[in-house]
Amino acid sequence: MKKLMLGNAAFARGLYEAGVTVVSSYPGTPSTEITEFAAEYDEIYAEWAPNEKVAMEVALGASIAGSRSFCGMKHVGLNVAADPLYTASYTGVNGGMVIAVADDPGMHSSQNEQDSRHHAIASKVLMLEPSDSAECKEFTKTAFELSEKFDTPVIVRMSTRVAHSQSAVELCDRAEPKQKEYVKDPQKYVMMPAFARGRHVFVEERTQKLIEYAETSPLNKVIDNGGDVGIITSGVSYQYAREAMGNNASYLKLGIVNPLPVKLIKDFCAKYKKVYVIEELDDIIESHCKKLGLDVVGKELFGYIGEISQAIVAEKLLGKKNEFTAFDGNVPVRPPVMCAGCPHRGLFYCLSKNKIRVSGDIGCYTLGASAPLSAMDTTICMGASISALHGFNKARGEEAEKSTVAVIGDSTFMHSGMTGLVNIAYNATNSTVIILDNSITGMTGHQQNPTTGKNLKGDPAAAVNLEELCKAIGIKRVRVVDPYNLAETEAAIKEELAVSEPSVIISRRPCALLKYVKHKPALKVVTDNCKGCKMCLKLGCPAISVRDGKAVIDHTQCVGCGICSEVCKFGAISE
Amino acid sequence: METRSIMIVGVGGQGSLLASRLLGNVLLAQGYDVKVSEVHGMSQRGGSVVTYVKYGDEVFSPVIEKGEADVIISFEQLEAARWLPYLKKGGKLITSTRKLDPMPVITGNAEYPENIIEKIKAAGIQVTAADALSLAEEAGNPKASNVVLMGVVAASTDFDDKLWQDAIEQCVPPKFLELNKKAFELGRKAAV
Repeated sequence: MKKLMLGNAAFARGLYEAGVTVVSSYPGTPSTEITEFAAEYDEIYAEWAPNEKVAMEVALGASIAGSRSFCGMKHVGLNVAADPLYTASYTGVNGGMVIAVADDPGMHSSQNEQDSRHHAIASKVLMLEPSDSAECKEFTKTAFELSEKFDTPVIVRMSTRVAHSQSAVELCDRAEPKQKEYVKDPQKYVMMPAFARGRHVFVEERTQKLIEYAETSPLNKVIDNGGDVGIITSGVSYQYAREAMGNNASYLKLGIVNPLPVKLIKDFCAKYKKVYVIEELDDIIESHCKKLGLDVVGKELFGYIGEISQAIVAEKLLGKKNEFTAFDGNVPVRPPVMCAGCPHRGLFYCLSKNKIRVSGDIGCYTLGASAPLSAMDTTICMGASISALHGFNKARGEEAEKSTVAVIGDSTFMHSGMTGLVNIAYNATNSTVIILDNSITGMTGHQQNPTTGKNLKGDPAAAVNLEELCKAIGIKRVRVVDPYNLAETEAAIKEELAVSEPSVIISRRPCALLKYVKHKPALKVVTDNCKGCKMCLKLGCPAISVRDGKAVIDHTQCVGCGICSEVCKFGAISE
Repeated sequence: METRSIMIVGVGGQGSLLASRLLGNVLLAQGYDVKVSEVHGMSQRGGSVVTYVKYGDEVFSPVIEKGEADVIISFEQLEAARWLPYLKKGGKLITSTRKLDPMPVITGNAEYPENIIEKIKAAGIQVTAADALSLAEEAGNPKASNVVLMGVVAASTDFDDKLWQDAIEQCVPPKFLELNKKAFELGRKAAV
């Protein structure tokens, strides 16, 4: 039976059909749904780990124990998990182990545009790259076979367009591979220098075998349409090239992107007068070709930035451009905004109003950087808000301590924020950290985390008590505020900035989009009272706008959070 | 058959994912190769969002570029204007008359353009406009605007009604099935 499936759902189906039993991941767009879909299969144990490093170590432990295992993450998550990855390459596996890493060319929902293929090259593990949902499933199953055959973790590289596109997939039954025997083998699994030296020799030999395999693997496909033009490509770039060039070019579609074959590529190049390399982000395939002395054209046409598309390929290779009609007039941009009723809004309003410097982090609340709140100075990576605040305060001293805060979400705090807080307590800055506890991992679409009291399957689980955790770390001043109460929130921020010791403010209210959150009826503007002062617009609420000089509230969006009635000096907003 | 391209555009939170899945399922049941490309993550938070639906004998690229869409389905007027360049010559626009101010308009840094639909029509483009919000409220929930609009779309295709009904049953939770079927019907009638 053919089914329309998201690339990530097809990937999860591949995990199921391959007989995977242990899955551990940390959510990150565009990788999140692989693990969510995997959790829907009763045969698979699936969990959200606190971060990607933990997830990968869980998967490796399960593999060593003899089971087929998986961990999934976005590109920047692989940086967090790089430490176990580079040594897992040395230990190899027992049960097959597959890692999904989802790159985000075009940065639809990411802080950088890194190319994860570099990690595969540097850690010397096999990396596959599917180009549609059917391949997501098939490549995943093959990845487990190759993992066990070559004794290596295998990375399957996804990208936004493959992960979040639906296409037809043929479903198969689940294989039930027997759990492998666990035999104590310190020379393979205890990576101390004496043993690791031996394993490095193994890794280099393995790479040679993998190159040999890549020369003839069915994952690397030649589509020979004759003619003068050859295109070497992989992943979604293949789809762009194929749509633009059709049968007017021949293709070498690489399903294995590390290690790259040598003879296969040389033979392909020898057949065509002109060979192009079409790959998003970095010039991995192109550099490989050039190292082999082959005359190929790639980045000089396509560049290193953003996504490629069929239109770009058609323009660069055929000089073809589509005709179109533009709208006659200026079209204002529509950037993403915090939702109506978002608990973060009240907090950011207080920070903005008091012109407080904000060391930011990764999550929905990064939107606090946008106008009109504009209350963010830095955003770097998961957890960096707290550690960077400490550094900022060490560099600038008391002036900074009295006027700068860190903001971090509950999930991000558990991911890698708490180690920064340990540093603040241990190495003593009078830093003020605000944990935005909305009881969920918001931006990636509502995943549970160690503070929510529920696990991935929605069952009750141990919940980290943030207040007690911060106290145990050594922070004596820990207080909780309701960000819907602007007066209380503002007072807490001012007080904690003023004191000469580190403090944590927990701004606590569940995400307004959570199903269990009860909303109040939409608020109304009492038009006679409204002076048109536009104070309420400073909240940046998408439900409030001004028509004919008076505020109006969109009843389809407003959830009655009431912070606009708190900022209105004329009592013009009421229930 | 050559690949055909449909874009669904709107504001994050308006339900374009459900609409694209409905359409994708109908097209798959019709026997086409189908690709549906979605946007998740940050842009979903009230930003401009776009989903691509492509179908034909064999679909390669999941995305639609400028001048390639046969149909654009828009949940909001400004978004119709924004994505208009993606329509191919002779392509068709189906839009809700809904207006939602983007943040630069709310903060007074930009103006919401006037007479969007009239201007697009004046450019020689075939436009079907429907008040999807009022119809959704009539069906019982303003959130069902997306399914109302799919009813409008259904009226301009000759796919069997059963395919649409099956797709709605597949994509909508049972609790909201009646509501959505009503919304779909209202949309279809409005288009005639």
